[in-house]
Amino acid sequence: MVASLGMPALAQDKTKVGFVFVGPVGDGGWTYEHNQGRLALEAEFGDAVETVFVESVPEGPDAERVMTQMALGGADLIFTTSFGYMDQTMNIAAKFPDVKFEHATGFKRADNVSTYSARFYEGRAVQGHIAGSMTKSNIVGYIGSFPIPEVIRGINSAYLHAKKVNPDVEFKIVWAYTWFDPAKEAEAATVLIEQGADVILQHTDSTAPQAAAQAAGNVITFGQASDMAEFGPTPRVSSIIDNWAPYYIARTKAVMDGTWTSTDTWDGIGAGMVGIGEITDAVPAEVKASAEALRDQIAAGDYHPFIGPINKQDGSAWLADGETADDGTLAGMNFYVEGIVGDIPQ
Amino acid sequence: MDLSAINPILLLASLMVAATPILLAAIGELVVERAGVLNLGVEGMMITGAICGFAVAVGTGSPWLGFMGAALGGALLSLLFGVLTQYLLSNQVATGLALTLFGLGLSALMGQGYIGIKAPAFPDIHIPLLGDIPVIGPIVFQHDPLVYVGLLLTGGVWWFLHKTRGGLILRAVGENHDAAHALGYKVIKVRMLAIAFGGACAGLGGAYLSLVRVPQWTEGMTAGAGWIALAIVVFAGWKPWRLLLGAYLFGGVTVLQLNLQAAGLAIPVEYLSMSPYLATIVVLVIMSAGRAPGSLGRIFHASR
Repeated sequence: MVASLGMPALAQDKTKVGFVFVGPVGDGGWTYEHNQGRLALEAEFGDAVETVFVESVPEGPDAERVMTQMALGGADLIFTTSFGYMDQTMNIAAKFPDVKFEHATGFKRADNVSTYSARFYEGRAVQGHIAGSMTKSNIVGYIGSFPIPEVIRGINSAYLHAKKVNPDVEFKIVWAYTWFDPAKEAEAATVLIEQGADVILQHTDSTAPQAAAQAAGNVITFGQASDMAEFGPTPRVSSIIDNWAPYYIARTKAVMDGTWTSTDTWDGIGAGMVGIGEITDAVPAEVKASAEALRDQIAAGDYHPFIGPINKQDGSAWLADGETADDGTLAGMNFYVEGIVGDIPQ
Repeated sequence: MDLSAINPILLLASLMVAATPILLAAIGELVVERAGVLNLGVEGMMITGAICGFAVAVGTGSPWLGFMGAALGGALLSLLFGVLTQYLLSNQVATGLALTLFGLGLSALMGQGYIGIKAPAFPDIHIPLLGDIPVIGPIVFQHDPLVYVGLLLTGGVWWFLHKTRGGLILRAVGENHDAAHALGYKVIKVRMLAIAFGGACAGLGGAYLSLVRVPQWTEGMTAGAGWIALAIVVFAGWKPWRLLLGAYLFGGVTVLQLNLQAAGLAIPVEYLSMSPYLATIVVLVIMSAGRAPGSLGRIFHASR
């Protein structure tokens, strides 16, 4: 409604799209891919859109200042690209009802706030499958960023699928409490390797863990958010690639056409929002084949990574045999599945 | 919890590596502050050193040339600070903060073409005989050369400050620049040299991150290490050996807390994450901090 009223004025000038980034655009991971989406947007619409972005915005009051400035600067649509911007996005959206907001990976919505996220846990299932098949020490190291549902979902999904192919597998989880700090990520990876891990999964944004694994030798890793192909064929044996471009283009188009409404998008491998990077030859052929089969099954919708029977960590039943997890539970996931050792920091 | 998973030898060995970037930056800043200059731009000089070192090492294929380039880059940036504060008499606190912001931006610009490139390898040296001693060998004598450069610098700075005439002059300038000036010492020249030394050390510290510790270039990769170096100088009471202790303590607890997490220790992670800062402050405060140099942060002009 609001959009259609605003359109005649907007149609005459450029549509201005703002991006708030949590890291530098050159992080080689999460923010890098969001920025690729922004560049694709510019390539698609040319002079019809103008994009602005601010990088390395802390997840705190500073974010509100950045969003306010973008809104005052005439932005029609603002993408806030980190979980920690959730409340700030809601606050600023309430002050600027004519500006559209899109918050990544969150769960709070309003008339002018949409949420979007990707089902990274689908990619984590493929990673877990390869990790469980390839580990020799049966210890998989996992570098977590913050204990939020998004990260916990990834740990659970990877663990379930590693366990499926390797009942002896054990996960060692380290919380870095940062999305981006190469030195700390490198240290975390080194510590995990010293404690016997020969597979490192990361949910932080830099390529530092890849470099640490490479230095250690005989350790495999997976690209996070971005392909990180420069570390292949080992240690990086595959990756999860975030592909935001189609979504950014579609949503900007909706603003231009005046058809934008508040939505909740959560797409996975099938819709192309999550890509699985090339599985290198360092992975045995039969593991590669089964991993690709798993990927294709998920993409086709024939298989859900969270399918029962699954118990929670404390042994209580979560999903019955054949039952799949509903999106509500997944979106707010705050528990480990049975078999993972350790507590989630509260 | 499985504490046996933690190998104390590897823990102590990685402690020395984790502490080195902070140690290098802090020992330079200690000399600067002993000369009476407060340069808050350590973070900016570190990150500039990180990209200069990385660029030179990639360009020439030699990590050693990279480290020299890093020292040069850090020193050049610090001389900008020196000219502004010593000759143009600008406020040191404001100029230092501006230097950090400038360094972060400059390094991001310089690093545009270096994202995703790998640095040439900088192998550990296995010191003959000493490196073969059980336990102590792997902890102390099997590191990359820069770890020892950090130790030598710390010893060298202590020796220079306390055993040489030049060190006496530098301390005199830092304690009371008017008296030093009255005695005929060139206050500004001494301070410019100290500032350049501090910049070179910070540059080395930054390059240690981009060439050894991480090793690659990413924007903002120092992630606050420069501020920790600044804090350690103060808490160490401007004394080189205490500074070494502070840096190793910080590096040690950082590595230890990650080890404890991976071993599944039942302490909330938040406490573990803050422990390096807490432990370093508590120990250095208990050891009672020294007195700040008398002229620290004050502007010197011969006519006043």
